[in-house]
Amino acid sequence: MSTIPGKEQEKPKKQPANDGVLGGSRRDFLKQSSLLSAIALTPAPIIKAAENQWDEKFADVAEKIPVTLEVNGVSHTVKVEPRVTLLDLLREELNLTGSKKGCDRGQCGACTVHVNGVRINSCLSLAVTNEGKKITTIEGLATGDQLHPMQEAFIKHDGFQCGYCTSGQIMSAVALVKEGRTQSREQISEFMSGNICRCGAYSNIVKAIQEVKNSQS
Amino acid sequence: MNPFQYTRSSAATAAIQSLVREPQAHLLAGGTNLIDLIKMGVVLPDRLVDINPLPLKTIEKTANGSLRIGALATNSEVADHPLVLQDYPLLSLAINAGASPQLRNMATVGGNMMQRTRCNYFFDTAMPCNKRTPGSGCGALEGYNRMHALFGASDHCIAVNPSDMNVAMVALDAVVHIKGPKGERMIPFGEFHRLPGDRPEKDNTLERTELITAVELPAKAAAFKDHVHYLKVRDRTSYAFALVSVAAALSMDGSMISEARLAMGGVAHKPWRLPVAEAFLKGKPASETTFKQAAELAMQGAKAYQYNKFKLTLAPNAILQALKTASA
Repeated sequence: MSTIPGKEQEKPKKQPANDGVLGGSRRDFLKQSSLLSAIALTPAPIIKAAENQWDEKFADVAEKIPVTLEVNGVSHTVKVEPRVTLLDLLREELNLTGSKKGCDRGQCGACTVHVNGVRINSCLSLAVTNEGKKITTIEGLATGDQLHPMQEAFIKHDGFQCGYCTSGQIMSAVALVKEGRTQSREQISEFMSGNICRCGAYSNIVKAIQEVKNSQS
Repeated sequence: MNPFQYTRSSAATAAIQSLVREPQAHLLAGGTNLIDLIKMGVVLPDRLVDINPLPLKTIEKTANGSLRIGALATNSEVADHPLVLQDYPLLSLAINAGASPQLRNMATVGGNMMQRTRCNYFFDTAMPCNKRTPGSGCGALEGYNRMHALFGASDHCIAVNPSDMNVAMVALDAVVHIKGPKGERMIPFGEFHRLPGDRPEKDNTLERTELITAVELPAKAAAFKDHVHYLKVRDRTSYAFALVSVAAALSMDGSMISEARLAMGGVAHKPWRLPVAEAFLKGKPASETTFKQAAELAMQGAKAYQYNKFKLTLAPNAILQALKTASA
């Protein structure tokens, strides 16, 4: 397990709320215990807080769930709120900022990573749903200083201008070749359509993909 | 995103019980629509019940020859499955016409059926929308309604169902398997989604505490496998929602049509089956004249709004083209 200074990482002390049993009872306990103590101690603001269920709301905000996943071959256990996306976990908790946040709505593909070998939009995947999964990001493609053939091909064919979409394009392109969707220029374009490039480097991206495909066959 | 609680569910009954216990709990499958809606503030769940661990991913032939597709099979898994490609190629075509490869790798069959409309007024929380906030009015009715319905709309809602998969499913007479607190039931795919009427907040007939477990494609729908086409017309050639789409499936005897299945997407609150046109095509020769007449029949009752009048021409042309391609 890797350790990143300043980041909260620990082994799971409990499993995530399974079928509502753990989650439900914990929530009920908080509600009941704080209500009881509020009545016993009786300061009016605390009673009011209990009535308004502020403690419950606080618990909602504070609740973090441990998630263990393998990123680029390294196992990580991180505690995150359920609302944290896989993209935010990678960028904010693991400092893997190669995966980009473009639209954050699954429309641009800049956040594309592989989960168990399959390309997905990490901005629409909650981190907690990736328990036990193997993630590959752009940082995991190269072997030491040896770039992945797709990275080499993007450089050779100038498959980018500003570069913001590039890591997503490359992750998508690597998956595309593996899927065998490289039979024609049209097929490559169609199956790369989930990655938007506002600089318009599309034709060079296709050339890069064709080169990698041809070098493999 | 607003905070919410999270429950990982590994049994269907437990997931259903979570929904029964908490009125603001939502099921989470692929998340490609729900997470987006939560980010936009359109849906504000108290709890997400993650059903991904449920054993509902299997795609298999049943004893009666139908193909049963688990509700958690991803769109990609379905579109690429050898049995789907062999017997129900229309479904593969329709699925691959939707979204992007990344999204299809995440999105599930059940989730695709449950996806909400892409009406801009539904997504924009500053706008009135009877589907998002019942009673607030319809922004699209007098607004920019270019993407909107031609059939079965009401004064409360003129939004359309955005799915491509649903159009093929309804054309192939799929059956939906549902599990709820009271047990299991099955309904025809065509009765799963509903028209808006005065309850546009209800997209479908699934109860809030029910779970889709599978979709079953009947054995006899494989009779159409040699003559199918899914034509999707949109603003760009890929990765956009349909202005109009047509699923066409023909069973041919030489140049004669022995049976036809036709459905449209992007024109109604539900995938829009065209039974009158289907009945007309049965027993007719596959010709441009026949197809034109069928398209004309299909358009009966169409009603356009200020900005979607072009669909009145686009839709019959799309039907004609889809039938020509399917019959070739």
